[in-house]
Formats: sequence, structure tokens, C-alpha cells
Amino acid sequence: MSSRPRGVKERVAEGIARRYRRERNFRLAGLGAVLVGMTFLGFFFYTLIGNGYTAFLQTHIRLDVELSADVIDPDGERDVQALGRADYQGVIRNALRARFPDVTSRNDLRELFALVSPGAGFELRSDVLSDPELVGEALSLWVVADDDVDMLIKGHIDRAADESQRRISDSQLGWIEQLEADGSVSRRFNHRFFTSGDSRDPEMAGIWSAVVGSFFMLLVTLALSFPIGVATAIYLEEFAPKNRWTDLIEVNINNLAAVPSIVFGLLGLALFINIFGLPRSAPVVGGLVLTLMTLPVVIIAARAALMSVPPSIREAALGVGASKMQTIFHHVMPLAMPGMLTGTIIGMARALGESAPLLMIGMVAFIVDVPESPLDPATALPVQVYLWADSPERAFVERTSAAILVLLAFLLVMNATAILLRKRYERRW
Amino acid sequence: MGRYSASFVSCVSAFGAAFLVQTAHAQAARDYISIVGSSTVYPFSTVVAERFGRTTDFSTPTIESTGSGGGFKLFCSGVGVQYPDITNSSRRVRQSEIDECADNGVRDIVEVKIGYDGIVLANFNGAPMYRLTREQIYLALAKTVPDSAGSGLIPNPYVSWSDIDAGLPNVRIEVLGPPPTSGTRDAFVELVMLAGCEAFPVIETLAGDERDAACFTMREDGAFIEAGENDNLIVQKLEANPTALGIFGFSFLDQNQDKVQGSLIGGISPEFDSIADGSYPVSRPLYSYVKKLHVGEIPGIEEFLAELTSEAAWGDFGYLSDRGLIPLPQAERQAVLQAVQGLENVSLSP
Repeated sequence: MSSRPRGVKERVAEGIARRYRRERNFRLAGLGAVLVGMTFLGFFFYTLIGNGYTAFLQTHIRLDVELSADVIDPDGERDVQALGRADYQGVIRNALRARFPDVTSRNDLRELFALVSPGAGFELRSDVLSDPELVGEALSLWVVADDDVDMLIKGHIDRAADESQRRISDSQLGWIEQLEADGSVSRRFNHRFFTSGDSRDPEMAGIWSAVVGSFFMLLVTLALSFPIGVATAIYLEEFAPKNRWTDLIEVNINNLAAVPSIVFGLLGLALFINIFGLPRSAPVVGGLVLTLMTLPVVIIAARAALMSVPPSIREAALGVGASKMQTIFHHVMPLAMPGMLTGTIIGMARALGESAPLLMIGMVAFIVDVPESPLDPATALPVQVYLWADSPERAFVERTSAAILVLLAFLLVMNATAILLRKRYERRW
Repeated sequence: MGRYSASFVSCVSAFGAAFLVQTAHAQAARDYISIVGSSTVYPFSTVVAERFGRTTDFSTPTIESTGSGGGFKLFCSGVGVQYPDITNSSRRVRQSEIDECADNGVRDIVEVKIGYDGIVLANFNGAPMYRLTREQIYLALAKTVPDSAGSGLIPNPYVSWSDIDAGLPNVRIEVLGPPPTSGTRDAFVELVMLAGCEAFPVIETLAGDERDAACFTMREDGAFIEAGENDNLIVQKLEANPTALGIFGFSFLDQNQDKVQGSLIGGISPEFDSIADGSYPVSRPLYSYVKKLHVGEIPGIEEFLAELTSEAAWGDFGYLSDRGLIPLPQAERQAVLQAVQGLENVSLSP
């Protein structure tokens, strides 16, 4: 000690200031990390909602459609077969012709007819089939516009652009402006997006078949992974002796939880389709594959839940004469159930968002018909997103975002349920 | 809650068991057509399938996008309901694939040539349009190119387009293209790179393998960027990067005319008519292959083929042409139609 030491007080004061500064910096760094994360999330939602919200509305054109009996039901018997065969798209074309009587050349007519979706006729057909009384009447109908018209009305096609650079010709633009002028163009709620299956006409495409496919798949996954997972967890946690074998099993389960999901798809292809001969593209195979994928997650969560039940509960039950089985099913499991359910729901949410394993088992496919059982060909929500993102038609861009929003809504509901269950039933010891 | 949870578990497991029993019966007949194959044909095949499902009493066929090679692999695995009925391909079937099919009992295959697809080299349409030749594209994208003296091969020295030809813009070479797994890449290499490299006399002197390597190997120094299978993504990247060019199918150019423009190749612009009459050099035929043994077993195959080969679908003004498929010439359509109606076997002999 060469110089006289400074006062202890000063040194402590200096140290405190430094420690406070460090703490402040650490807090700021943490806050910064949260902010960066939130910015990314905000950007993600901003682009998704910005791109996707317009898909919930669809452009319609009002036409005065004449369902003359001569065209639709020439025999006059209102026979369902005959009604089904009639040319409804032709009826709509006639309505367009009547609306624009000066269009006569073949090419112009082709362009005129292209304003309306090719699906409009099918919708009119199902309207008539469900209510044959409509035959012979003149209706003022809002028919679905073609996707290019929809994109123009929504501003995704620039009206001022040169004709060669847009998919709507000048004459089509003229007709649309005439229709707009008398209020015959309107954007209405796009119910087809929620009620129909996939389609190559964006205006007719919907997510319903994908939603049903995902539902069947999750049903199979839940029905298999929950009982098997819980039974495994109970056995390993409560009954199994602790030896090298159970250690090995435990390591394997933890390992499986981290295996990339595509590997389970390959396994599913080899086992369920090639050996068991289950059909391709079926939700039951998807469910089995996703079961393999979620099982480790369910087992780990269920074991953690069982482990968190204090030994005093078990000892008390055993002490009053309950058998081991009674102890577990009457006392331990009810207390562990919220944790098990939470783990299962989180596993399910992961399974819902999975698309890679489904590629191998043929569920990445164009499926129009809504599946009626887990054995019918089906696709899943994330796969639908993938397929639409790959489609050339521009109107699929907004539909892709909208489908992602729906998928996120499902995930949000599932995760919120998990949190709710935990908050409500979880007991801390 | 104790009894509840126990009964819940047993209820759920009974459900699971019921499912397993049900799936044991899965190997029943299939009442829908199963189609696999090329992602290039997918957008066209799906439109036909959807029409077919809507206008007939048959179920809508399911279509998987597996790539041409993957499609043949599934298609040739065997005969029976668990194997696909039709595979789409953006190239012709190979003899090796026909042999593999035959080994697994798939002896009779009907070939349907459905139309042409153009491959375009496009850039952002706010930038000047490129006028290229196949030799120039080859020089810009090959890993090794003939040196200026024409005596041997050197690693690709060209940095900007103007290095290749003074008439081209002084812009860094940057081309976004599909990965090697893609049929579009195969066709591009064959129709552009091979044709371009054969124009150089020094290539003629090389042995087969060396020649293939010289013609087919794309450069890996960042001038050619593999941008993934998603053509929409390439279009978006071109919009963000006005100096880059992208390689994709004609239907994506057709849908995005307000964002990108196709480069002239050999003086010809990629347009519907120029691809249809064959003057635009980079186009390829698209095919569907049908398993003859499944006709009559799986309901609707013949009717589906009739829809596919109807004038309303593949004709000059058919709905497939609205999607960017270039129709076959009238006479060729007639010939294919006859072969399809007679369910004639594919033969690779010229």
C-alpha cells in the first residue's frame, strides 16, 4: 500500500454505480431482444394480414339470369337427372350477352364470357337442383367473377398499365367499368373460402377439404397417441424398475422427440403403405405418422406431470390401504391430468402444423372432394398453403396468406386451451 | 375427477382400437383415379381433373406433385389399387423406366402428349429487355467455357453481360434458376446449354463425358443461383432485384406480365404463338402416361382421357390454353387422339 487508501465509502459508492450500470445494460439488452422478436412477429402478421384479408371478400357481378324452361328443362318433367345435365354456364353466358348486346364477334364474346368464373354455372346448377321451382323464373343473381376481374377490382392489377402488361384486355376493362357504373360489381363475403374444397380456379378454391383432412388426421393422432403415451408414461414412471433397460428406453424416447419429422414420413411410407398396404393420401396414414411423431412429446410431458405429483399423495393413499393401481388411477392421475392434457394439446398443435412427413405418404395432392372418412384421400391445412403458394395464378397469393391466418387461428385456439387448462387445474405444491 | 379421467382414457383407447380395426379393411377397391408426376404438368392436369369431377358422376381424381422421375417410380411399382393409374411427365419416358415398369408387371403403357410448355428467361419489366442467343446464355452460365482462341476450356471469366458481347448491357450476370431436381432445369440445360455449347468447335473435339461436363455444368460462383422449385418466388425476387434474370415456365410469365418480361432468345420473344409454331427455341412437350391394365378396373379412366383429349380442354381455344399450356398442332392432336382411343402402347422407336 504505497498511497493512502481511499475511503471505503468512496470505493463502495463507485462499485454500486458500476453494478447498477451493469444491471441496467443487461435489462436493456433483454428488452432489446424482446423488441427485436416483437418486430419480426409484427412484420410477419402485418404482411400476412395485409396480403390475406382481401381473400375473405370476393368480387361478384350482378346479372339478370333467365332460367327459361326451354333451355334447362326441355321435357318439362323437372327430372333431377335432366336438370343436372343442362348447360348452366350457357345460361350465364346468355345473361352476359343480353347485358352487352353489341358484342358479337367470336373473340370478343370469349373475352366477355371470361369475366365470370367457370364455377358460376356449377353454383347455379346446385341452386336449381336444390330448388327446381326456380326453373322458368328470371333472377337477379350475384355471380362469382373470374379471378382476374377480382384482382383488378382489388387493385392487384393496374388499370393504367399498358394492355399487353395486364391479363385484362381494354375491352374487358370497358365492360367492367360499365358494370361498376351501374352498381353491378360488388365485393361480398367469400363463403366459398370456408365451405369448398381445393380448386384450380382461385375464386372457387376453399380450405374446407383441408380442414376436414386435418381434423381426421388429428382425431387418429389423438386417439392413438394419448392413451399409448399416457400408459407408457405411467408404466415407466410408476411401475418400471430403474435399470439399464429403462434408461435405454428413456434415452430413446428423448432422442425420438428431436428426430426431424420427414424421417417419420419415410417410416410411414415403408411401414403403413408398402407393408400394411394402407391407401396413399389417406388421413389415417397421416394420423399414424403424426402419432409416431407426437408420441415422444406426449410421453415426456405425461412423465413430467406424474413426477410433479408429490410422493406424500402416493404414501397417504398407500397408507390407508389403496392398492398401487388405485393409488395411481384415483389419486396420482387426476392430479397429473392437467399437465398431461397440456402436453398432448401442444403435441397436437405441432402435428397440425406439420407438412413434411405428409409429402412422403401422398397427402401433398390436389384433392377437390371433401373427405368423408379417414380413408378417403385428403390433404391438410399446411399442405394446402404449400400447394397454393406454388400456383401461378395471382389470386392464390392472397388465399395463401388467408389460409395461413386460418391455420394460425387454429393453433392459437389450441395453445390457448392448453394455457387455460394449466391455469385452471394446475396445483402447485 | 379420478373416475372421469380413467374412463376418458379407456374411452379414447377404445376409439383408437376401433380405428385400427377399421384400417385393417383398408385394402378395398378404389373409386377415384390416382395421378402422380411432374410439377410442371400439375397445374394443367388438376384443371382437367376438376372439370372431370364436376361434370361427371365420377369422383375427382387425386393428383400428387412428385416430379417426373418420382412419378415414374411410383407408377412403375406395380399393378393394383395401391399404385397410381396415371403419371405426368415433363419429358418423354425413358427406356429404363419402361423396362422397370415391365419388371413389375406394368407391361402396357399408353402415352398422351398433351401440349407444349415454354421455358422463359425473364427480368423485371422496368429494366431494359434482354436480347440473347443460346451461345451467349451458355457463355454466361456454364462453369467452364471455351477460351477466346478456341483452343481449350477455361473457368468462366465473364462477370457482366457486356463482357460476353459489347451489345449487351453492362450489368453483372445474375440468373435465378430451378435446382437440379426440377424438370424445368433438365429441359433448360438440354435446350439452351447443350444447344449453346455445341455451337463452339472446341466442344466437338472433346470426348463424350468431358463434353457433357462442359455443356451441362452450371457455374457455382454466384452468377447462377438455385432459387428453389417455387416459380412464384423467382418472380418476386426479380421484382426486388431489377438486374437479375430468372428461369421459369411460360405460365408464370403469362400470369405476371405486369411484373416481368421474357427475354428474346435467338431474336424470338416467348409468346403463345411463337411457342406454338415452334419458332421460340426453348419449349418442351408434356406427357401423361396411363396404365392400360387399370383401364376398366378403376372407374373413369377412359372418360378422363376423353376429357383430357377433348377440344374444349387441349384445343386451340381450350381451357388448358387459358392456363398457359401451348396446344399441339391440329394434325398432331388427331394422331394422339387416335392412339389414345385405341389405347396403343408407347413405343420409343422413332
